[in-house]
Amino acid sequence: MTDLLAAQTSLPDLVTFLIAGCAVVLGALGVILMRNPVHSALSMIMTLFAVAVLFIEQDAQFLAAVQVIVYAGAIVVLFLFVIMLLGVDKRENLAKDQLRGQRPLAFLAVLVIFVEVLALSNGKWASGAKATVLSTSSPGSNVVQLAKSIFTTYLLPFEATSVLLIIAVVGAVVLVRRSDLKPGHAVEETEDLETESEMK
Amino acid sequence: MTVPGSWYLILSALLFSLGALGFFIRRNILIMFMSLELMLNAVNLTFVTFSRMLGDIGGQTVVFFVLVVAAAEVVVGLGLIVAIFRRRSSATADDLSIFRG
Repeated sequence: MTDLLAAQTSLPDLVTFLIAGCAVVLGALGVILMRNPVHSALSMIMTLFAVAVLFIEQDAQFLAAVQVIVYAGAIVVLFLFVIMLLGVDKRENLAKDQLRGQRPLAFLAVLVIFVEVLALSNGKWASGAKATVLSTSSPGSNVVQLAKSIFTTYLLPFEATSVLLIIAVVGAVVLVRRSDLKPGHAVEETEDLETESEMK
Repeated sequence: MTVPGSWYLILSALLFSLGALGFFIRRNILIMFMSLELMLNAVNLTFVTFSRMLGDIGGQTVVFFVLVVAAAEVVVGLGLIVAIFRRRSSATADDLSIFRG
């Protein structure tokens, strides 16, 4: 609280942070505690929106928009579609610990992760020099700065992501395709192969 | 003046821990996958916070790439889950013993 007063945080910023922070934690708790997967997916939307609000709080407007469109829009809808397709929206019994001793060990491991992060930071959260090139104080809006960074310094990774997306699409189609659907299907495929070999 | 960066980092550590906890204690593959997304979001929040603290746009660029990779990962992962579900008709991780010798 003292460093907060020293930094003279404005009240609207503080209130926004507290509300969004509570929404993040509540949504995350909802994801891991809800028994119905559909409810978990909806709680995840709450967390993702709150994270988008925190992005806007920190002057990352473009990422906030992308977060809402890609995560809360596309990815959660994909999750809901798969839940619907598979019909796994039946409730799971959370009270029963299926693997003996797993829960206490999980709590212990997670506590170690959390305490370790807090202890290792040791008050020095961000060490390093302030950016001079491609800094957030350079002219232009957040989108302009981000675009400059992506299309100059990180052009090769950006091109690589396009390849990655194509691979993902092809992979999804191959994985979900039913090859043993109809008996006539296999015959057609062998015929295709025969015509191909004839063409060669 | 905005909230100090350390508060954001503590919040994202909490979010990461909750995601890890969900991954450990839930048996439904879809919920485990959602917990994975929570952990990715926690890391994204740290990157954006560091980007603000150091005044470096590179942190936000990394988050952009993480978003793209996460989208690809979700597509392939859900495809795998659908494929597994067709074989086993169950969505709990305990039942998956395909590789058992």
